[in-house]
Amino acid sequence: MTHSSLDPAAARDARPESFPHAATGALANQQVRANIRHATTTIRRKRAGVVAEVPDWELLRSAGSAIKDETLASLDAVLIELEASVQAAGGTVHWARDAAEANEIVVGLVQAEGADEVVKVKSLATDEIRLNEALEGAGIRPIETDLAELIVQLAGERPSHLLVPAIHKNRVEIRDLFRDRFGLPDLSDDPAELAEAARLHLREAFLRARVAVSGANFAAADTGTICVVESEGNGRMCTTLPDVLITVMGIEKAIPRFRDLEVFLQLLPRSSTGERMNPYTSLWTGVREGDGPQTFHLVLLDAGRTRVLADPAGRPALRCIRCSACINVCPVYRQTGGHAYHSPYAGPIGAILAPQLAGETGAVASLPFASSLCGACYDVCPVLIDIPSILVHERGKAVARERSGIEGRSLKMLGKAFATRAGYERAQRLGRQLQRPIARDGWLTHFPPGPLGAWGRSRDLPALPAQTFREWWESRDDRA
Amino acid sequence: MTTGREAILARVRASLADDPPHVVPPRNYRLRGERDRAAVIELFVERVRDYEATVVVADDPGAAVASALEAAGVRRVGIAPDLDRRLRPSGVELIEDHGLGSRDLDALDGAVTTCASACAETGTIAIDGGPGQGRRALSLVPDLHVCVVRAGAIVETVPELIAALEPSAREGRPIVLVSGPSATSDIELTRVEGVHGPRRLVVIVAT
Repeated sequence: MTHSSLDPAAARDARPESFPHAATGALANQQVRANIRHATTTIRRKRAGVVAEVPDWELLRSAGSAIKDETLASLDAVLIELEASVQAAGGTVHWARDAAEANEIVVGLVQAEGADEVVKVKSLATDEIRLNEALEGAGIRPIETDLAELIVQLAGERPSHLLVPAIHKNRVEIRDLFRDRFGLPDLSDDPAELAEAARLHLREAFLRARVAVSGANFAAADTGTICVVESEGNGRMCTTLPDVLITVMGIEKAIPRFRDLEVFLQLLPRSSTGERMNPYTSLWTGVREGDGPQTFHLVLLDAGRTRVLADPAGRPALRCIRCSACINVCPVYRQTGGHAYHSPYAGPIGAILAPQLAGETGAVASLPFASSLCGACYDVCPVLIDIPSILVHERGKAVARERSGIEGRSLKMLGKAFATRAGYERAQRLGRQLQRPIARDGWLTHFPPGPLGAWGRSRDLPALPAQTFREWWESRDDRA
Repeated sequence: MTTGREAILARVRASLADDPPHVVPPRNYRLRGERDRAAVIELFVERVRDYEATVVVADDPGAAVASALEAAGVRRVGIAPDLDRRLRPSGVELIEDHGLGSRDLDALDGAVTTCASACAETGTIAIDGGPGQGRRALSLVPDLHVCVVRAGAIVETVPELIAALEPSAREGRPIVLVSGPSATSDIELTRVEGVHGPRRLVVIVAT
């Protein structure tokens, strides 16, 4: 593979736009919508099947939710215990306040090893902090080894789904991409053959890799054990063969006890890929002489998580175990796909988590409105996150912010004026005077150009009547 | 200058100013199964087969290993130096792993290991580097993994499996849970066997 194929393409660096804007473009792409509909329908059926066969599913959901709440309520203590356990097992722990600091730490560790490439396990945390761009900027080549991440990387795009970042692409599109990038003109669109092509392509990278970067699904504070759940074996390769392993993990991924895996290793695979268990789960504790990487770094990432933690109503979003069940059932996601969310966290969970992590600024601030509040996400969430309620809470915050604009200030003044009967009637009389130039046939239609016009023209506004009911009542002839 | 550590811990504490209640997670889910031994083994076999793995139930696991390797047509097979003599077939070239390099492992046709424990409900085998299991790379890089599971090591539920593995985690042993051969669902969410891990998994249940 040439280095140029890894260059960020235009699609990857597209300027974020608000959800309604981005969704309009996404809705026009019939192929993507068909691909996503097909894939999510398949996975929903599988999930429903394997969840139904677990008699204590609801008890497991309650336990998973409670373990996460327990962790969050004493997150400082859990993190300190995790740090001590990892250090005791021979690992090194780093703390990163934000994306820039995390990238700086990882780039520094890779450079200290003198490596010019790293193999990567699929990791949402590193997608979130855009680690690949930071590595490329430092002359280090990141090699994505998860099949879907590889597809996205080869296409120069961004992930569109938590679990299956290339869900927006069908087998024919993937075949064409592999034919082009791997120089295999005769490749068929049989998924098994496509997977074989990826195996051959990445084999050499695994065998020569000296440094790997992973995320973490869970980290047990009592034993210092990190858990990565995967299907293909690329996670095992990355966490086993290289000399140095760097794991970047959001601080909310910590769990108090190794034992708690007995709950999450039931909830996650069934909710995520609709399997009783995913093919491979890797659990490692620091370093082990003679087995696997002899240097282990754990980077604990805040990057907005403490901001989410600070809002008791939004806090449950941090329970998320990134299964993507909510995405697969979401009627909005099924229409727009993941790219419209402009965040690695798409779908319902993205609509609450992305704006919270970003401090409700930028394009992702529009995401809480990207929902019909149907509640399907809450029904499937394995850790009982009440996504609809948090969406409403986030909408409330957005509306409160808008109150500082011209519209908000004007409405506040009106509120004061309407607070007394005398004030209300004065405002009515004044309104009748002021509306004359813009009222026609009982409607306010002839707005002047400018902000008021832009506001008014998008609304059907009836004109104030010449006489109010009270005025008529006072003036009627047959008064006794 | 405050370090990242101090800053993040301070932020966490400030964020919890509302003093959320301490939660004790309920453990009222199933902590163990209710099937008898025969039914547990039967379930394990059925669930592993569901993953498109080959499952053999044998009272002579050594002979079963030999025929599995013969059926797969492999010649050079990696094993842990402490693999039980009875599980070492004669018809193939056995290479003991005394720290083989990645490329040496890649040149092997397969590996034979034992496992620490197994879970019937999910069709999972657990490897923790104990006797006969070797280090993680041994059962990862070669394209065929033949794993011998003692029937007595099979538990019914995930909580029982995690309980069996906790002592290993406390000793700092790396653990791998294997549920079927390598697979991906990344193309149209359709499961395809075989990406980076062993594409063929043979599980021999030794009764």
